[in-house]
Amino acid sequence: MCSGGSLSILRSDSYVDLSQYRDQHFRGTRYDQERLLRKSCTLYVGNLSFYTTEEQIHELFGKSGDIKKIIMGLDKVKKTACGFCFVEYYARGDAENAMRYINGTRLDDRIIRTDWDAGFKEGRQYGRGRSGGQVRDEYRQDYDAGRGGYGKTVQCQ
Amino acid sequence: PTVVYESSTKEDARLLPEKLTVYTTLVGLLNARNYNFGGEFVEAMIRQLKECLKVNMYNEAVHLVRFLSDLVNCHVIAAPSMVAMFENFVSVTQEEDVPQVRCDWYMFAFLSSLPWVGKELYEKKDAEMDRLLSQTESYLKRRQKIHVPMLQVWTADKPHPQEEYLDCLWSQIQKLKKDRWQERHILRPYLAFDSILCEALQHNLPPFTPPPHTEDSVYPMPRVIFRMFDYTDDPEVCDSHGGADFTVRFVGHYWSKCDVPSPRMVSGFKTSSDYILVIFAELFQLPSPPHIEVMYTTLLIELCKLQPGSLPQVLAQATEMLYMRLDTMNTTCVDRNSFTKNYCILSFDRSDCLTQDLEKPKPKFVREVLEKCMRLSYHQRIIDIVPASFSVLSPANPVCIYKYGDESNRSLPGYTVALCLTIAIKNKASNDEIFSILKDVPNPNQDDDDDEGFTFNPLKIEVFVQTLLHLAAKSFSHSFSALAKFHEVFKTLAESDEGKLHVLRVVYEVWKNHPQMIAVLVDKMIRTQIVDCAAVANWIFSSELAHDFTRFYIWEILHSTIRKMNKHVLKIHKELEETKARLARQHKRRDSDDDDRSSDREDGPLEEQIERLQEKVESAQSEQKNLFLVIFQRFIMLLTEHLVRCETGGIDVFTPWYKSCIERLQQIFLQHHQIIQQYMVTLENLLFTAELDHHILAVFQQFCALQA
Repeated sequence: MCSGGSLSILRSDSYVDLSQYRDQHFRGTRYDQERLLRKSCTLYVGNLSFYTTEEQIHELFGKSGDIKKIIMGLDKVKKTACGFCFVEYYARGDAENAMRYINGTRLDDRIIRTDWDAGFKEGRQYGRGRSGGQVRDEYRQDYDAGRGGYGKTVQCQ
Repeated sequence: PTVVYESSTKEDARLLPEKLTVYTTLVGLLNARNYNFGGEFVEAMIRQLKECLKVNMYNEAVHLVRFLSDLVNCHVIAAPSMVAMFENFVSVTQEEDVPQVRCDWYMFAFLSSLPWVGKELYEKKDAEMDRLLSQTESYLKRRQKIHVPMLQVWTADKPHPQEEYLDCLWSQIQKLKKDRWQERHILRPYLAFDSILCEALQHNLPPFTPPPHTEDSVYPMPRVIFRMFDYTDDPEVCDSHGGADFTVRFVGHYWSKCDVPSPRMVSGFKTSSDYILVIFAELFQLPSPPHIEVMYTTLLIELCKLQPGSLPQVLAQATEMLYMRLDTMNTTCVDRNSFTKNYCILSFDRSDCLTQDLEKPKPKFVREVLEKCMRLSYHQRIIDIVPASFSVLSPANPVCIYKYGDESNRSLPGYTVALCLTIAIKNKASNDEIFSILKDVPNPNQDDDDDEGFTFNPLKIEVFVQTLLHLAAKSFSHSFSALAKFHEVFKTLAESDEGKLHVLRVVYEVWKNHPQMIAVLVDKMIRTQIVDCAAVANWIFSSELAHDFTRFYIWEILHSTIRKMNKHVLKIHKELEETKARLARQHKRRDSDDDDRSSDREDGPLEEQIERLQEKVESAQSEQKNLFLVIFQRFIMLLTEHLVRCETGGIDVFTPWYKSCIERLQQIFLQHHQIIQQYMVTLENLLFTAELDHHILAVFQQFCALQA
């Protein structure tokens, strides 16, 4: 039957909660960042294929509401897509629905991940890895055809 | 503690409607121990019921009524007083000059509680109950059902008749009565505690007068019951589907807004097809599903993961079934169906649609699904996975069509200016430079360019928009940047209504292979006020778009346009209300301060702001009304043309195009019925007059019947 435990599941909205991630480059206090995250209409989207286009992202994320802007994440050196983006909605509620129903689903046959973002600022569209892409692609050991093959450190060996 | 307990119990009971009886039993046991608790609890529920009815929270109210009725079973409320309450509900049907939907709701609240408490009420007050049921029957017989065709998912009654929800409920209740109220879906834990509960003192419900009908009352819309599986014939099948059917008819379903629910939380669903039935029933609800569409697709995916052995197969079967019945499915539902099909693999045989005319529902559906799949991936992938025999249904390669691109086009008027513009834009020209280049473009509409060249010049628009869109074709972001950078030029060229219409035409010409791009460009142009909503509506109904009129993306654009208009009106209205509230607070502060020094001068700026906002609201509302009038007018023109053509040609009116068009019109009425209600007088006197063909008038009459 149902215990108090499973009832709290029904009332929880955990998919909308903040994750553990905090942007280390954020200018401001932790408190400021969290305040912004809680009212943000912008989502970070990760684990994209390098070949996923803005059009595909627009189609998928448009399902939870009207999109204001999409900013593709770029390799700082090559200025090509490097597997992440920002999606900004006009309304917070639409962003929340994306966190609930689109986070964890597939795009280009990859499970994508969404997280709250404090808001786009110029410069944040670039990867922060040493080679120009995302940090996660610097050190990973596996081969990922959609993300440039092997990790950068592996490639340099 | 009592209060805390009450509110949490009600909340929990609401979250799990099928566990309602667990909570009522609990209340019953507590009442047996503490008579006052029971009294306070019931009073609190009655208060909440009154509140809900006052603020149009009818789903909540039904749940409360059901809770109260089950409290009779738990010996908390005396049966006669419950009967008295129901008598008051049923007597609403005797009220004069009230909308039918008001009487409908009270009837629904009464009838839908009977599976829980019918037996007990009959045992205690059978004569009164018989009288109530016969009054119910005569009400149901005399109520009108003109609205029903508008709400049906299928236009055919085979294989399943689509009953109007109250009729369906009534036949269930009659059956239940015949079966002496025996049913197997409701858990009745209180039976186990009968020895304790029967000792309890019962409370009498205070006499309950339904709150009167007011202008602000908005009652729930009628519904048509969705059926998908055959379960009236085979009793075994009937039983196993009973849970879902019961849920669809009585309980409604509370899908958590939050974490995607797991099957554990949903009791009463014995088979995978139960889930499918309830999900599709909600998804295809007209006008709109109770929850955002993407929730249902994600839910289906999650359920497939949780029940990998059974659910995917049943889903595939259901999908197949829905495909087979496409010909008679409401166009709006077909649209929604294609939305979900993105997530399903097109792995079964669709070759039947190849032999049909491309405008027929099945091939059309497959084309739309393939186009949606392409949007989520890319063109080459679709070409690769679609068998060669189906290539006629494949979407076009979404490339832009630039008319000045080829050397062979150099004889086209404006060709040289286009070349000039291209170079200028690549060299980061300013708006002024663009204007001066465009000055040289002759106006095909005028013999002499006697003005500054800023009246409607279709050739100027053509050259500029074609060139710019071609240069910015790389991505959405590139195109949006282009619109932003040259906003001034756009605004000037598209100043007139004809200008706006022509801009839209050129956008279509350039991007007709890429409907998604057209949709986002139109959206941006509305938001940056390059075109207005009425221009978009006129463009959609224009002859240039006739070929694409039944394509889903057109309706995506139209509905999105209406939505933007509605949101705009609400936003300004909200601003006005907020400013008024600020003024009121300012007055209050002044009154309480009792300070003569702070004069009315302080009110000045706020009052001015309110006046300005008031004007803005009126202008927005008038624009909104105009948008709907344009849409209806164009629908009428289009449909009338078709009907006249069919009549004179002696052909059947009911072509696939006609079905699609009429159903799209119905959807506009349904989806925005609250707003459109405001325009009733205009609609009756100006547009939907008696001279109109009866086919078209019928839609209007169905709409009027919805909240009549």
